[in-house]
This record gives sequence, C-alpha cells and structure tokens, in this order.
Amino acid sequence: MAGEFGNPEVVEEEVDILLIGGGMACCGAAYEVMRWAEGTDLKIRLVDKAAMDRSGAVAMGLSAINTYIGTEQDPADYTRMVSNDLMGITRDDLAYDVGRHVDESVHLFEEWGLPIWKTDENGERFDGSKGMTPLKDGGKPVRSGKWQIMINGESYKWIVAEAAKKALGTDNIQERVFIVKLVNDKNDSNRVAGAVGFSVREDKVFVYKAKAILLAAGGCVNIFRPRSVGEGTGRAWYPVWNAGSTYSMAAEAGAEMTLMENRFVPTRFKDGYGPVGAWFLLFKSQATNATGEIYMQRNKEMLDDYPPYGQAAVPASCLRNHLMLKEMKEGRGPIWMDTVTALANLRETLTPREVKHLEAEAWEDFLDMCVGQCGIWVGENIEPEKKNSELMPTEPYLLGSHSGCCGIWVSGPTDVGAPTDEGLGEGIPEHLPKGWNWGYRAMTTVTGLWTAGDGVGASGHKFSSGSHAEGRLAAKAMVKFCLDNKDYSPELDTSVEDLVAEIYKPVRNYMEFKDYSTAIDVNPNYITPKMLQFRLQKIMDEYVAGVATYYTTNSHMLEVAGEKIDMLKEDAEKMRAKDLHELLRAWENYHRIITAEAHMKHIEFRQESRYPGFYYRMDKNFVDEENWKCFVNSVYDKETKKWTCFKRAHVDLVDKSKLFK
Amino acid sequence: MPTFVRTDKCDGCKGQDKTACMYICPHDLMKLDKDGSETGHAMRAFNQEPEQCWECYSCVKICPQQAIEARHYADIVPLGGSVQPLRGTDSIMWTIKFRNGTLKRFKFPIRTTPEGSIDPYGGKPEADMSKIEEPGFFVQCNGYRSGDPSELIKV
Repeated sequence: MAGEFGNPEVVEEEVDILLIGGGMACCGAAYEVMRWAEGTDLKIRLVDKAAMDRSGAVAMGLSAINTYIGTEQDPADYTRMVSNDLMGITRDDLAYDVGRHVDESVHLFEEWGLPIWKTDENGERFDGSKGMTPLKDGGKPVRSGKWQIMINGESYKWIVAEAAKKALGTDNIQERVFIVKLVNDKNDSNRVAGAVGFSVREDKVFVYKAKAILLAAGGCVNIFRPRSVGEGTGRAWYPVWNAGSTYSMAAEAGAEMTLMENRFVPTRFKDGYGPVGAWFLLFKSQATNATGEIYMQRNKEMLDDYPPYGQAAVPASCLRNHLMLKEMKEGRGPIWMDTVTALANLRETLTPREVKHLEAEAWEDFLDMCVGQCGIWVGENIEPEKKNSELMPTEPYLLGSHSGCCGIWVSGPTDVGAPTDEGLGEGIPEHLPKGWNWGYRAMTTVTGLWTAGDGVGASGHKFSSGSHAEGRLAAKAMVKFCLDNKDYSPELDTSVEDLVAEIYKPVRNYMEFKDYSTAIDVNPNYITPKMLQFRLQKIMDEYVAGVATYYTTNSHMLEVAGEKIDMLKEDAEKMRAKDLHELLRAWENYHRIITAEAHMKHIEFRQESRYPGFYYRMDKNFVDEENWKCFVNSVYDKETKKWTCFKRAHVDLVDKSKLFK
Repeated sequence: MPTFVRTDKCDGCKGQDKTACMYICPHDLMKLDKDGSETGHAMRAFNQEPEQCWECYSCVKICPQQAIEARHYADIVPLGGSVQPLRGTDSIMWTIKFRNGTLKRFKFPIRTTPEGSIDPYGGKPEADMSKIEEPGFFVQCNGYRSGDPSELIKV
C-alpha cells in the first residue's frame, strides 16, 4: 500500500545490527562490521538521512586529517594533548584507544585513493597525486601541526563512503530516512530494541527492531542564535544538518550523558568560518588586535590564572579564546589574522615555483572544506598576500569529536588501567555501571546501544579519522554482542501505531488546523519548526552564554532559561509540518531542544567555569580543581521529562605532568 | 552563499524520478518543480530553503549540466564575485572571480584511484574471531601504535 501525506505506509523490519548515520563513524563501522559478520548470518542495515557520498561533517571535504599519530609519537602523548586541551577532564582510556587505532584508518584512506601531501628528503612538499611513498610504507606526511597532516581532501567523504557502501552492499543501505527516536525493550527499560523514523522522499514510516544499534548522527549545530541571521544562517562552522539527534535520542532512551556542559566556540575567519589551523601552524601566521599586537603575547599572564592548563606548550583552546575576548571586550578589535606578513615571510625563502604553490595551498585550504570563505574573499577583494582577514569567535557548538567533549558515556577498553569498581558516588542512579568498562567497547549504559564519533563524550580531538576508527571499534563489539545474544528477540515497548502517530504528529497538526487562518505560517494552533528554532536560539543566546552576552551566564539567567525551555518543549508538540521536508526540520528541532536543555542543565550543575573563553558562569567565575575536577554526567527520564545530574570521579591513566616539563 | 539553479541550463535531470542535486544535498534543500507551480519554471530544480545552505557545493559539483552556481550570502558578502568548480574524476578545477575582476584558476587532485575502483576487502585477511575482544582491527595496515606500556600508570 502506497502511503499518502498524513497516512504513511508503515515498513517494519527486523535486523541484528542497525547503524544510524552515514558519516565517518558509521562508514568505519560499516567497513569493519561486514568482515567480522562474515558467515554469521547477522543482518545489518545502515540508515542515513542524507546520501552517504556527501553526508556528515566531512560532506564538503577537508584540507587536513587532524589526527594522525605517526611513528614518532605515542598514544600517551596524544592522550595528554586531548586532556589538556579540554581542561583536564577527559577519559584517558577512550583517547588512548583512539590514539593507538586511528592510523589504521588513515592508511586505508590512502589506499582507497585519498591524496595525502608528502615531503621529500629536502623538505619540499608535494600534493598527494605525485605517487610518493604511502604513509604505511614510511612516506613522510606534511605536518601542519603535531597531530595534523595535509591532504587534497575534496573527495574525502566520497572515497570513504565508496568503501563503506561496497562493504555493506546496496541492499543494506537505506538513504533519506531520518531516524528520530529509539525504542526501549518492553521487558527491559534499560535496553534498546529498535528505532523509528520516516522517509523524507515518500510517505513511509520505518520501524526497525534490532539487537544492537550504533547511533552516530553527529554533534549539534544551531541551538544558539548564529552571528548571521539572514541567508548566512546556513553558514555554520559545523554542518548545519547536525541537529543533536545523537544526544537527544540517546538521552531519551536512558543513556548516561557526560560533560554536556562542554561546548566549542571556534575562532575562525569571520563570517565564512574558514579554518585557521593551516594558517597558524603551516603558514606560521599570527593573530593580532586592531593595532597589530599579538594578543597571545600581550595577555599571556592571563594563562597563569588557569594552572596547569594554561601553562602547557599549547594552552587549552578555550584559553586562547579567553585571551582574544579580552581584546574584543576592551575595545581593541577587530581581531586580524596577519596573512600578509606570514606569506611575505615565507616568500623570502622560497623559489618562484614554490611561491606559486604556496598561493595555491592557501586557497586549497578553504576550497577543500569551506568554499564559503572563498566567497567572502572574492566578494571583498581579499587576496591573502595583500590584505589581512578578520577573525571572530563563533556561536557555540556541541560536539565530541573536535575540540569538544560532550556526549554519551561509553564503555572503554579493558587493558589500559581504567577504573573498574569505583563506588557509585552520591546521586548516581543505582542502575548505572561502576567503572569505565562494562563488557562491550563503545556501548553506552543502555544495553544494545552504541555510539561513536561526536556521540562519544569525554574524549575530543578524534576528528574525521578518529571517528572512523571509533566506528570500527564499536562494530567489532556489536558483532560480539549479537553473537552473545543470539536468543534475544527485541520487543518494542510502544505499539507501532503509537509510534507512527507520534512521528507524524506535526503533519496531523498541520492537516487539522491549516484552514483556520488565511496565512499558512500564522496560526494559533501550531508553530512552524523555523519559529520554534528561532525561539530556542534566542533563549540559548541570551540566557545560556551565547554571543549576545559574550558567553556569560549565571544561575539566575539559567533559571529563567529553564522556565522558557519548559514551555518550548510543551510547544514542540504543536510543531507543524506542511510537507516531508518540514517534518524533517520539525524533528531536527525537537532534537535540538533536548540537546540544548542538557547543555543548560549541566552548566547549571557545574559550580565553576571550567572552560573560560567558551563560557563563563559569572557567579562562579573560576576553575575549582578541588571540587570540580570530575565528570558531570546525567540521565534523562523520558516519562517525567526531567534531568538528573551527578558527579563521576576523574582519574588520570597517563602522567599529565609531562606536558609541563 | 546559497546555491541557485540557472533556468537556461537545468533540465530537471531529464525527467528522472529525482535530480542529481536532490540526491546529493546533505540538508534536503534541492527540490524539483515538476509543474512549475512553485517557481514558474517547470522541470527545473531549486533551492527550497536558501538560508539553510551550508555552501558545501555538493549540488554544484554533481550537476551534470553545470546548472548550479552560488550567489554569496546576501546578508554578508558584496556582490560580484564567484567561485565555480568543475569536478572531474581525478581532479577539480576552480575558477575564482573577484568583485574587482581579478581572476584566478586552481586545479587540485581529488583522488589517486579511479572512481568506483575500491575493492574494500581485496587482499585483506578474514577476521580472526579468536581476536574479537582484543585491540586492533580485522586487518593491520601498519598503523597500529601499541604504545610504550610504561606510559600507562595504572597498568
């Protein structure tokens, strides 16, 4: 039976392993899972709301792979860097595990056809098409930083997706289906039994039952009012389609969340959000205030306010923002990236051929991953060797794979010394696991639910390559889990009829009330997803430390935000969808609200300002190592719609003092 | 910089069920106006929500007619510039025109193997089920960094 708008066809399927998302993490999982599942008869399905060739955060491409350990560095060095950049509170077990595995994925990318820049014996660099020795055989990458390597990455995602799609087989891939809700097991409320979503192309609702689910649908963008509110709204730094689906669906299924107070406020080329990494690290550019003073030097004593994180060779990312914000607040803006001086300095030692190459490199850095920045350069007649560009801290983003570490609490590796039997501290719900590993790598605290990439909290800096590797780790564990649970048969705790009604509620709201008013968007009976998003963004911006208040808040402002978000959640039930495209937006924005609420509740719970430069609790404007060097975790009750926050103890598994020697 | 579709070049992917741009857009922005009721141009695609466009250029690059271009965000960028790619199988060519008329061209490699040539498990071992709980993947590509055990202070 073909469905119609308002009365969708229901497709029910049962699989063993369901992969939700099609980005780097799920592509990694797809590649790994099919090999381990060979000969097991496990049924595997991947569901992506977009097309895998260009879905996820790497859709546009990338100009660098930001995590490549290489042979000269130890996974422990990487673990230390991750920890310091995130102000000391990360899971060393998770970072270390990514660190030891990540290069495996990078070597596959190169084998599949990703061009990786190389340096020859004279130190001259070449693009990745020149057939030089592959990394796996000792080829030397072009380092644009200690951990980053440069690539010609326009087709990065296309290539990685090709391998994943071939591994899975077309029949096991469902594109343009947006999973919006996980379903718990009827006989075990702490177990996941399935997931439901809808096609954005035809009137169909999909109801999946699965033994094991990998939820890896990216981080969260656009919960804060962006700096550009016209057409430029779309020019978010992180992909605008990352709607917090990972966090909200996991939380509603009962998963323990961690560090949801963490956020990332990247300092980027103003308005276009072009990457700064290559400019700082490869081209050796400096950032200055309006009068040419280098704020990292001018304000360096401010780093001493935050020992030890300010005193490492590379201070934490948030503290670098902290020093820049002083210039902006005291009226010494705009902030400039001094591209003119940087390129002039480089030209002094280069041949004309190398200068030509250098210019191309500077443009490629944007064209491979942030074309919009080039749009601003051409519109404003900016040639980087002739005219400097402005820098600006953006609106906040929630993610777990870049310089951020919010996400879901997952089971770590068992062989790196992580705590196994730490007592449950005050306020920790008793059903939650003790220690940092509970059987299956990357499984959340909900039986049968995994995550990877942006989903994994307390371990940032995995980026594209680490997310791929993390997906592979999860895939292995999922196969093991399915083999261990052969006799388990998932039963949904909600009827299919009720699930379908819930998913299509915005459509029903529209159909029922659309003729009440003459103007389709102005109707007291429903709210458009777009207006709901504006409301959320306004609340978050003005009360929860957005750009409007220079990233400041306090307990009183958070209380007001809480009241407003409560009403916003109620009104979310009245969202309308006039077509399937708007139904997609409705559910994305529902996910954004739950994610935003988690962020707000965590900031409220943590009685300090752990990430100066990213946000400030002005009533607790300090880092309190004695009381708050701990994880703030939470669980959400989908029945009462309330959050419970609690502390988990932090432990170092590698020696952090080496950062400061 | 929302993308826009040129009426003189778009052919609606010749009446196929969905257009290339609809297939690829990560944010579900491109839509085919079959009867012209939405745009006045029947059988042409259009960007249905330009303020949600990330400028990822996926539609621009995939369009078989080169019918899609970008007009830089009107609330940010002065008019007159353009950044237009031509994506081939192994490289991409960018034509960059400044507001003041300056023109630049760049060509970059995009992949070193023929499109569609990846053989994901070719020459790779089968998974060793006895190692499913150990670190490492089913295949080793000389990239596993076992690390100095003395760095782990609790082991």
